[in-house]
Amino acid sequence: MKQSGRYLLLLPGLLFLAIFMLIPLVLTISSTFVEDGNFSVSGYLNFLTDAYFLDILWTTLYVALLTTFCCIVLAFPVAYYISRVKGSKKALLLMLAIFPLLVSPIVRSFSWMIILGRNGLLNDFLLSIGMIQEPLTILYTPVAVAIGLVHLFLPLMIVTLVGVMENIDTDYIRAAESLGASKTTAFLKVMFPLCMPGLLIGCTLVFVGSFTAYTTPALLGGQQRVISTFLYQNAITLNDWNTAAMIATIMIVLTFFITGIFQKLATKLNPGGS
Amino acid sequence: MNQQNHFALGLITFSIFLFLLGPLAIIFVASFEPTSVLQFPPTGFSLEWYQNIFTVSAFMDTFKLSMFVSLLGNLCALLLGIPAAYALSRFDFRGKGILNAIFVSPILIPGTVLGFTFLRYLIVSYSLPLEAALFIGHTILMLPFIIRVIASSMANFDFSIEEAAMNLGSSRIGAFFRVIIPNIKSGIIAGVLIAFLESFNNVDISVFLTGPGLSTLPIQMLTYVEHYFDPTVAAISVLLMIFTAVFMFLIERLVGLSHFTKR
Repeated sequence: MKQSGRYLLLLPGLLFLAIFMLIPLVLTISSTFVEDGNFSVSGYLNFLTDAYFLDILWTTLYVALLTTFCCIVLAFPVAYYISRVKGSKKALLLMLAIFPLLVSPIVRSFSWMIILGRNGLLNDFLLSIGMIQEPLTILYTPVAVAIGLVHLFLPLMIVTLVGVMENIDTDYIRAAESLGASKTTAFLKVMFPLCMPGLLIGCTLVFVGSFTAYTTPALLGGQQRVISTFLYQNAITLNDWNTAAMIATIMIVLTFFITGIFQKLATKLNPGGS
Repeated sequence: MNQQNHFALGLITFSIFLFLLGPLAIIFVASFEPTSVLQFPPTGFSLEWYQNIFTVSAFMDTFKLSMFVSLLGNLCALLLGIPAAYALSRFDFRGKGILNAIFVSPILIPGTVLGFTFLRYLIVSYSLPLEAALFIGHTILMLPFIIRVIASSMANFDFSIEEAAMNLGSSRIGAFFRVIIPNIKSGIIAGVLIAFLESFNNVDISVFLTGPGLSTLPIQMLTYVEHYFDPTVAAISVLLMIFTAVFMFLIERLVGLSHFTKR
């Protein structure tokens, strides 16, 4: 086929994306740099010094960091276990990890409303065993959002890590052990570094995912705003489209920035690898 | 790994799975609560809330719209995506990397950002009706999933069979429909299922493109939960989980679950 024919196959999809997504995105971003017909960044200067917005940005970053950290800690043993068991047990465990990944985020966040509410399961339990006297306020706090997000993204981290660990030759570990390394040392010095590229992919997915998530903060965050619910509020409730466009631009920039950092780290740690 | 370590690791894994699946089991049990206050454990057994789904017209209407948008958007994403996936996995040409990046870009851009730009430009600047914008938004959302899954099943296809068909007199288009499509059929179906789930469950984009009188099922559930806390949403959740389980089973049969562990 001639070169032009190859491009022709891509054309319908490209045109569709250009007209309906790329042009609107470019216009959205460029609109934030114009004020009274001139180039201006004053909108951003006001925005990035506004205490209310900064508060939202920090909450979002804090929740995303907390979520990523918890996902690393919880996913590692699970992924290691899954990659070491064999046969039908492994298939079953993988299925059980992938199932929640496919279930609607609304359903998953909703389940935490039942658990974390003032009259929820957790408070009932803690009251009944006498650990607390008054019901705790967990729902509608950043911690509730983080719990919901860990539940949302943990399966993603697990399956990503399993994918990497499966391809690591266990002979390396055995070699390290036969050369005198303890199990812990072998894991930390051999297994862990080999997992790094996969771990960084997982971290990118979890961090960017929690940073931009809408459903979970909307259900579990209550009045507590994060950046995506703030975007929604400005666009739909307040009809302030200039502010909404700026938040959207900041979200795109931060998302690409974070992804870029993780990718750089991954290539640095694994220069020759995939 | 020695026995003791293995056992400890198994125990940790078990408790983390409890964290992942326990909440879903709780919804399942709580959906049978007979009173109008969602609670766990339930005070009895009733299917009233399952009936409620079918009598509250908003749920049925939004379910139909969700099905319609996801199915039609899927078809459109297939028409745009199959030729693109074929070109991207079959040929080498200039700008391939960039073109590839453009086709997966809808995954990389935050959903709420996409939703907002669709609202602002498709509805306001292009004056498209809400239904059309919702449909276009979902097509764009599904396109990367379709392209990725289909391109990866094409990567496993031996294109010399296509050459053979053409040497035997088949046209390029004929070879595509008679040789390639039947061979990557399961990949196409899996792509359709995965894209459908993404679209059917989508909130981030839909929330900007729905309003009074036009809503998708997840958005209707979100609105309902804000006003009521009865077991209706738990009952819908159970039906959605069953639906998801069936989809997962089909995907496992068609391309295997290793699709999810590859990045």
